[in-house]
Amino acid sequence: MCLAIPGQLIDAPEENPHYATVEVSGVRRKVNLGLLQEQGVKAGDWVLIHVGFAMSKISEEQAQEQLRLLAMLGEAMQARQEVEGYQFDET
Amino acid sequence: MKYVDEFRDPVLIEQTAAEIRRLAHPDRIYRIMEVCGGHTFAIYRFGLHDLLPANIELVHGPGCPVCVLPMGRIDDGMAIAEDPAVIMAAFGDMMRVPGQMGSPLERKARGMDVRMVYSPLDALKLAGENPDRQVVFFAIGFETTAPSTAFTVLRARALGVRNFTVFSNHVLVMPAIQAILDAPDMRLDGFIGPGHVSAVIGCRPYELVAQDYGKPVVVSGFEPVDLLQSIAMVLRQLNEGRAEVQNQYKRVVPWEGNPAALRALEEVFAVRPEFEWRGLGAIAQSALKLQADFAQWDAETRFAVSGLRVTDPKAAQCGDVLKGALKPRQCQVFGRECTPERPIGALMVSSEGSCAAYYEHVYLRQVAEG
Ligand code: SF4
Repeated sequence: MCLAIPGQLIDAPEENPHYATVEVSGVRRKVNLGLLQEQGVKAGDWVLIHVGFAMSKISEEQAQEQLRLLAMLGEAMQARQEVEGYQFDET
Repeated sequence: MKYVDEFRDPVLIEQTAAEIRRLAHPDRIYRIMEVCGGHTFAIYRFGLHDLLPANIELVHGPGCPVCVLPMGRIDDGMAIAEDPAVIMAAFGDMMRVPGQMGSPLERKARGMDVRMVYSPLDALKLAGENPDRQVVFFAIGFETTAPSTAFTVLRARALGVRNFTVFSNHVLVMPAIQAILDAPDMRLDGFIGPGHVSAVIGCRPYELVAQDYGKPVVVSGFEPVDLLQSIAMVLRQLNEGRAEVQNQYKRVVPWEGNPAALRALEEVFAVRPEFEWRGLGAIAQSALKLQADFAQWDAETRFAVSGLRVTDPKAAQCGDVLKGALKPRQCQVFGRECTPERPIGALMVSSEGSCAAYYEHVYLRQVAEG
């Protein structure tokens, strides 16, 4: 639960300030952007995701490292499952 | 160490490990607590113990949300879910935590409507899809997860969803650290501060630990290099007689935390006068409940919650392990009655629990090697 999942924002959040599409190892789902109001994210940015919310903006390099870390911890599948499990869309 | 070759920078790992060996005075013992369950998991999974000199002892802290939840709260949650109108939504980690009448998963097998969700927003969606039912989100987690629950409640209000409530078991990391520091048998020298909790609350709250208790705190990332560097930073402070808060995880943790998250916490939650922790007992001002303004979305207002205290099974020594007084293996039932397949205590349930992490990554290996 404590291990955040890295993903890349696919669409520009301007259309709906609360949500954006994120891609995590090929899986696309909506995530909530409320926690990043201050940072101002845009399409193409990388973020760390936790329980359906983007919680920190990170660099692409950090995202790759985090993916490697999840793989080494044997958690990559679980992370993918978690993102696949997000069903809320734009609730 | 098992995985050293796969790491991004094996040379840096070796160098940092060598530095730790240099810094650790052979004539003293260093007891360093990693507060976060994610760190405990990473330490065992990477076998970092094997790189450290024997006089550095890593003590596993209370930072695994399901591990510190007392059994009474699980029973309270299950009592709410006994109402046939209720759909209980919980994270996967919660599903296998034993209550007096079985775990949520076992209760589900016996017909209770418990659903696993990956996000509080999924619970909110369930409420929209089931207008004639009451959806209760069984909320657990430290400050990492609590802002997500807060945003979900705000969303429920904005959308006018009336059949959604939160059973809040959110806890706060600083009061737990303080309770451990105030325990009479406390022998810790320093702390590895949590990573993602600190992304929310920042580093400033730990200044109390450094200033009032004279213990170094280093907020750390999760990679092997991060953890080793953080241990070296704690040792350096101890050797130089300093006690400060340092941030090793600057790439994710801003010193001031995440203002949007802190605002949402402030708006939606109030601090409880006290809350019961498994193993640590009642700790003042250590948990969050919904503000009175949000009573409509508070499961403890909508449903009767008995708040019974339930003592753990006698043989379970989760409390002593949580406080760092016992190593997982020293618990009487470890590896016998209590295993990840059939957990007695919550520390065996989550992969972040120190008993489960020790079992998977040390005990099984030792058994295999005879
Ligand atoms: S082995 Fe089981 S009962 Fe003993 S401390 Fe660990 S989780 Fe608790």
